Amino acid sequence: MARPVRFNLIEKSSADRGINQVQLPEGHMGEGFFATSLDKVVGLARKNSMWPLPFATSCCGIEFMATMGSHYDLSRFGSERVGFSPRQCDLLMVMGTIAKKMGPVLRQVYLQMAEPRWVMAVGACASSGGIFDTYSVLQGIDQIIPVDVYVPGCPPRPEAIIDGVLKIQDLVQDESLRRRNGDQYKALLEGYGIQ
Amino acid sequence: MSITHDFIKEKLNNQFGDKILAWEESYGMLAATVQHDHNLKVLTFLHDEPTLGFQFLTDITGVHYPDRNGEELAVVYHVHNLKENVRLRVKIFVPIEKPDVFTATGLYSGANWMERETYDFFGVNFIGHPDLRRVLNVDEMDYFPLRKEYPLEDQTRIDKDDEMFGR
Amino acid sequence: MIAEQVNINLPEGSIEKKTTRLNLGPTHPATHGVFQNILEMDGERIIKAESTVGYIHRAFEKLAERRPLYQITTLTDRLNYCSAPLNNMGWHLTCEKLLGVKTPKRVDYLRVIIMELSRISDHLICNSIVGVDTGAYTGFLYVMQYRELIYEIYEEVCGSRLTTNMGRIGGFERNFNDTAFRKIEKFLEEFPKVWKEFENLFNRNRIFIERTVGTGAISAERALNYGFTGPNLRAAGVDYDVRVHSPYSSYEDFDFIIPVGKTGDNYDRFMVRNEEIWQSLSIIRQAYEKVQAFKGAEADVYHADSPEYYLPAKADVYTKMEALIYHFKIVMGETDIPAGEVYNCIEGGNGELGFYLISDGGRSPFRLHFRRPCFIYYQAYPEIIKDTMLSDAVVTLSSLNLIAGEMDA
Repeated sequence: MARPVRFNLIEKSSADRGINQVQLPEGHMGEGFFATSLDKVVGLARKNSMWPLPFATSCCGIEFMATMGSHYDLSRFGSERVGFSPRQCDLLMVMGTIAKKMGPVLRQVYLQMAEPRWVMAVGACASSGGIFDTYSVLQGIDQIIPVDVYVPGCPPRPEAIIDGVLKIQDLVQDESLRRRNGDQYKALLEGYGIQ
Repeated sequence: MSITHDFIKEKLNNQFGDKILAWEESYGMLAATVQHDHNLKVLTFLHDEPTLGFQFLTDITGVHYPDRNGEELAVVYHVHNLKENVRLRVKIFVPIEKPDVFTATGLYSGANWMERETYDFFGVNFIGHPDLRRVLNVDEMDYFPLRKEYPLEDQTRIDKDDEMFGR
Repeated sequence: MIAEQVNINLPEGSIEKKTTRLNLGPTHPATHGVFQNILEMDGERIIKAESTVGYIHRAFEKLAERRPLYQITTLTDRLNYCSAPLNNMGWHLTCEKLLGVKTPKRVDYLRVIIMELSRISDHLICNSIVGVDTGAYTGFLYVMQYRELIYEIYEEVCGSRLTTNMGRIGGFERNFNDTAFRKIEKFLEEFPKVWKEFENLFNRNRIFIERTVGTGAISAERALNYGFTGPNLRAAGVDYDVRVHSPYSSYEDFDFIIPVGKTGDNYDRFMVRNEEIWQSLSIIRQAYEKVQAFKGAEADVYHADSPEYYLPAKADVYTKMEALIYHFKIVMGETDIPAGEVYNCIEGGNGELGFYLISDGGRSPFRLHFRRPCFIYYQAYPEIIKDTMLSDAVVTLSSLNLIAGEMDA
């Protein structure tokens, strides 16, 4: 969850206190046009229109439903359209306990997603098995798929889930366009046995 | 309200005699311990007899008592008479080497998955069950996890430091 | 111009007349939970179905053998997680039955308020998801706002929204403060109007009626044979409600009716749950008035007077000797827990939720078994959807209110 200390780094005028202004990327502004580098444009476009796949198994799924509701609206960050088909989604949000029986199903869903894809583990059970240190629960989904952001909590508050989505957006914005073809990423996937 | 605990005891004792091994009453519920091969007969009698009418199966579960030699696994049936609001618990004990129990699926369709769960957790073999396989655990599991000798945690973890967790 | 209907008789075994296997798999659209159905279909009609569960089996019963009685409350939260406080209260009632603790009336009434609020929150999700499955997403979003208000009430009482771990053996951990009562009043004032609007959207809606009447029906005899309880059984015509048959937590002091359906189809289940929300609102109003009627010193009672099982106040622990000893005994697990077996059931959000607790005198149970209604409903699902269309099967699945956490435990 966001710690207040982070906001001290941004200098704000007293008028803006409490409001985070989104900064334009570096580029050249002219009359009626704005020129910047391609990866920044692609990053901006990608981050503001993430299509999540809510892989909701248990209690965290209900908190996700509350996040998608009108009180803690997630769609103001661009995630309006939740899809249930992995082939059309960018962000796999795993919410809830993943049992060993469910593991192959999760892996199959991950493999069906097209690059670029991000994974968010919501809740203690998806991050590390949570309170269920038992013979039938997978102790964290990072045993079978690579994870980008972990959101702790049991269940995390909707604000925490939104914070996780915002962190994913930060990752998406700053990601290099060549990352998915690079050696480090390939080695990561090899480590999981994914071609 | 004509069904009292004494009435139930009398009817069952008259019908089955020495097959009813013990009676006990705990927290308002009467419990009968029955010899294990007569479980279906007792349940059918409780179901069909018009003065008893225990026609609702609330629950079937199993218990593992490692200290009782020769009858380690118990199967517990909870039945309920909805009209008179009387509950009854029927217990049978089977040895762990040969845990064969007659299935109640013919009498109550709800017993199907409840018996599969008891098989999954304890290894009780229900004779005559239409589809006896694991229901909650993975199909490839080769042990029965709720028996007392098996631990709770997954033993194949390498990333957990037992000293830190006090085990 | 009306098209002519032509009957094409395909010979048996020819290549055009084969059944297809469809996997209504564990990854449903987010709302329902993880259970799998393998359907054999002839075109759009289902011939046979086979269900698989266990995709979220978390071994609650084995976990419970490791934990002392007061720590098992957190496990019960995660059974039917749409109405977590109900499960918590059911567990506390079971422990109180085992330990012989008698709670005062004010605690009972406060418990009734919380239990009925969680019943409302469970039925809200179920009914609005039935709406979503028939295509009406608006009802769901509109009603989620009032679930947020219920969550705020839980937060005032116990600090948490969803997995509440609310209450203790013998009562509550703290008295309800003024904010909680104001929020309950606000709920009682605003929710009836909202629910009336929701009902206007669905009850006499032609499309909804045509989708749900006659689909997913189960007769009362089959339902009883399977062991159905709760709204699913009441929709089939049997008026069995644990709150009335074996009243617990002073339910006998309240005046409410049990709605009963006729055919047990999806529409009846929807209407039974609708009406139960109205009844729950009336119970909450009665309980609220009864709680407000306690004045003076009685209004500060929020737990039973049983120091052996209820942690004493911290100020007393630091100053008085007996309180210190009791605190030590409770936390270290040295309290005298009687050996014995108890089966206690409550009317959970989805039916009779039973707790079968075998205690051997130690601090954790020897065996704890949860009698979970959703597990029992799902075995009837293949029989209910036989010879229906696939879209009806989806609506039936959501109207049975199957919660995966309770199914697998």
